Amino acid sequence: MTDNELIWRIAGGSGDGIDSTSQNFAKALMRAGLNVFTHRHYPSRIRGGHTYVEVRAKDEEVTSRGDGYNFLLSLGDSFARNPAEDAYYGNEELKPLSENLDELREGGIIVYDTGLIDEEDVAELNLEDRAAENDWHVYPINLREIAREHGRDVMRNTAGVGVTAALLGMDVSYFEELITQTMSGDIQEDNLNVLADAYERADEFEHTHDLQVPTGENEHELGLMNGSNAIAYGALDAGCRFIAGYPMTPWTEVFTIMSQHMSEFGGIAEQVEDEIAAAALALGASHTGVKAMSGSSGGGFALMSEPLGLAEMTETPIVLVEAMRAGPSTGMPTKPEQGDLEHVLYTSQGDSNRVVFAPAGVKEAYEQTRLAFEIAYDYQIPAIVVYDQKIEGELRSVPIDFFDREPDPDIGKVLSEEEIKEAAHHESGTFKRFDAEAEGGVSPRTVPGQKGGRHLTSGNETNAYGHIDEDPDNRAAQMARRMGKLDSIREELDEKESSNQAYRGPEDADYGIITWGSQQGTVFEAVDRLNENGQAVKALGVSDLMPYPEAEVTEFLESVEEAVVVEMNASGQFRGLTQKELGRFGDKLSSLLKYNGNPFEPAEIVEGFEAIVEDQPDVPGDSTTFVPAAGD
Amino acid sequence: MSAFSAIGDDREIEREEFTPGIEPQATWCPGCGDFSVLKALKQAMPEVGRTPEEVLTVTGIGCSSKLNSYFNSYGFHSIHGRSLPIARAAKLANPELEVIAAGGDGDGYGIGGNHFIHTARENHDMTYIVFNNEIFGLTKGQTSPTSPKGHKSKTQPHGSAKDPIRPLSLGLTAGASYIARTAAVNPNQAAEILAEAIEHDGFAHVDFLTQCPTWNKDAKSYVPYTDVQESEEYDFDITDREEAAQMMYEVESKLYEGEVLTGRFYVDEDRPSYTEEKQAIGEMPEEPLAEKYFDEDAEWKRSYDLLEHHT
Repeated sequence: MTDNELIWRIAGGSGDGIDSTSQNFAKALMRAGLNVFTHRHYPSRIRGGHTYVEVRAKDEEVTSRGDGYNFLLSLGDSFARNPAEDAYYGNEELKPLSENLDELREGGIIVYDTGLIDEEDVAELNLEDRAAENDWHVYPINLREIAREHGRDVMRNTAGVGVTAALLGMDVSYFEELITQTMSGDIQEDNLNVLADAYERADEFEHTHDLQVPTGENEHELGLMNGSNAIAYGALDAGCRFIAGYPMTPWTEVFTIMSQHMSEFGGIAEQVEDEIAAAALALGASHTGVKAMSGSSGGGFALMSEPLGLAEMTETPIVLVEAMRAGPSTGMPTKPEQGDLEHVLYTSQGDSNRVVFAPAGVKEAYEQTRLAFEIAYDYQIPAIVVYDQKIEGELRSVPIDFFDREPDPDIGKVLSEEEIKEAAHHESGTFKRFDAEAEGGVSPRTVPGQKGGRHLTSGNETNAYGHIDEDPDNRAAQMARRMGKLDSIREELDEKESSNQAYRGPEDADYGIITWGSQQGTVFEAVDRLNENGQAVKALGVSDLMPYPEAEVTEFLESVEEAVVVEMNASGQFRGLTQKELGRFGDKLSSLLKYNGNPFEPAEIVEGFEAIVEDQPDVPGDSTTFVPAAGD
Repeated sequence: MSAFSAIGDDREIEREEFTPGIEPQATWCPGCGDFSVLKALKQAMPEVGRTPEEVLTVTGIGCSSKLNSYFNSYGFHSIHGRSLPIARAAKLANPELEVIAAGGDGDGYGIGGNHFIHTARENHDMTYIVFNNEIFGLTKGQTSPTSPKGHKSKTQPHGSAKDPIRPLSLGLTAGASYIARTAAVNPNQAAEILAEAIEHDGFAHVDFLTQCPTWNKDAKSYVPYTDVQESEEYDFDITDREEAAQMMYEVESKLYEGEVLTGRFYVDEDRPSYTEEKQAIGEMPEEPLAEKYFDEDAEWKRSYDLLEHHT
């Protein structure tokens, strides 16, 4: 077996330290010179339940999870339910082994903890036969015993890492260094002993496998980061110093990071009674002159519809982030989906007037969050960053230099008291806040406490001074001005040096794949593979959802014979948006959809695309759905 | 130097400064109690020494929420029930502003009830005036959270089966540190109470009885009324939580028996405001946050300084 990559899957119970162990494992590989990417799978349960994290590492940049994986460290589930409940739940202790076998690649390695997983149960799995069939290399070892000998049971994961290092020929010093940096006292010492002992014991095994850790060298210093970090850091660097929120998975992560850093950044973080209040607070702070944000996931975002509409009407700049999860209603709280596209585009009464970005990865999340603030404040309009659990929690190695940027505390066209003196006022002294003739549609504002700036702001349609006004001419002029901002924003985005849209594959390809947000990395990997397989195909990853990047998508679609839209929802929402925005291409666009709670794997796109091109209506793979183009 | 020179402007203040040039005449129905709130508020402002541009009035939706259309200040006429979260964020962003929130009983005790509870709980240094007319006026006379039990309306044709909300008791339980009730028919007491409420360092809740002659003709116009502080019949300590609670219960019950009791019912001068609480734990800057965005010399920390733990 000559894999040039390692995809290490650590599986156990929720509560077995899978997350923290995988993070340290990924960091060690990153420090050793590799690019890394993690994929998390966990159940919506408080504690227990089978969970795993994959760490993919290779010399080249990694932007996606892989197809299957090649190393399984199965800890068993120490939070398994009482065996008396097996009849209903199955053997939970065994699941971190039994449930992971299907995706293990040929030639892969299995390490499992015999301290927790019963050898008799393993026998029932026919593991031996399957291993022989698939050339798997199985190394049972009592990790619990090693952990107990030097410390406590919970250190089984460290023992597993030690065994992994020995089997893959990894330099164990990176792990020692991480243990030294992240732990202290007896715990540190115990873990070091567990690591060393496990390494030694596994080193003595007879190694039958070929798989070794790949080697690489990084040109830049890398940091291990997920999209939640990037969104939070983008917001802080955009000068956001006010956040209000209410916990909801998976948005909670951004809220947590912001709340933890807000004090040292001199700002204010507020956890409040509900999401209506959360968005309303952000609006109140922004109205008072502060850069502010809120956010939630689908259900909480639904509650924000009211304040979101109020921000549109009152032209109050705010940034909201929406971390999608599988819906409707409570849906599957810990599973990714892209089902909230139409929700974020259109929720709230009246004509929608907002900006929406869907970043594709960590760097994009940082960049587009900053941009969301810039546009929100420059144009006095709400801006939304929509992402999903995939972006939220996937860790990627990114160059640290990328974040070496100046902060941007500019709050847009807010007049100083000096400027207010020169500005237009009603004869009674009220400031002319909503000038229908304002240049570029953006009427400069004042904030409470400024001398000469007093005016009314209202969720009702108003005249230039913010007083309620239902005169048809005024209404038409104010609506046209507010709606016109989207055209100005599109123009500004189109004129920027770098687009938020990304491309992959040969320009002259006949076939196209379009995707949006978090699936971009996976689609790009699939496109690389398709081209290696001899298919002429290129991809477009879209991030600007509103205002829609009409010119770029049109050019892309005109250049191909047909295109497949890849997205994680059941109704092809982005495909619908594209047809609505462009008013054509209905007979060119088909959909490849997935909505079973797991993101696409590159192979599903490769196989799906090949089937579509070959006009086979049934796309292989039971977890994806194909919807043909109009007329097909 | 402050970017907000209206704040702390020390000068003579005239009541008439608070009448806006654009809508000087309120369009409430003749005889509406809302006029008295507006008048009392204008009267209170010179008392507390605040000028129009250092005041932010945030309202919800309803007849009463049009208050800031007729009151000259920075005004935010928001959406139904949401005045309080907007108002308290404004106070957090710039604690030097005088923030006054207002709305009706449906707005504050019905749709915005959760915000009322939590804003009182947090004890923001602001004033909340609830125009309580025991009816939904703007939508033409439906039963409201404070309508008496048995109240008939188009949406409650058999009379309301619900006991009304007890607003004063609710404010007390939730954590308001100043609670009073006044009535439109008693303008001098109203102005005094509003001035006290504005000057109070914490969440001041004023339940303002405002008769609705159009849609609530059955309702008394809140006369005669009794000021509990001036009556010899009532003797309780407004700084004592238990006595206040008992008194409020009586006041709320008696309103529906036709006896209008007004006055101050609870004052806690010792409870720190939310700003003080947040600053004490280091979660809020000492300088108003809003100033920072106007200060060219302000220092802005950046995320790059946090990246060490990612490497």
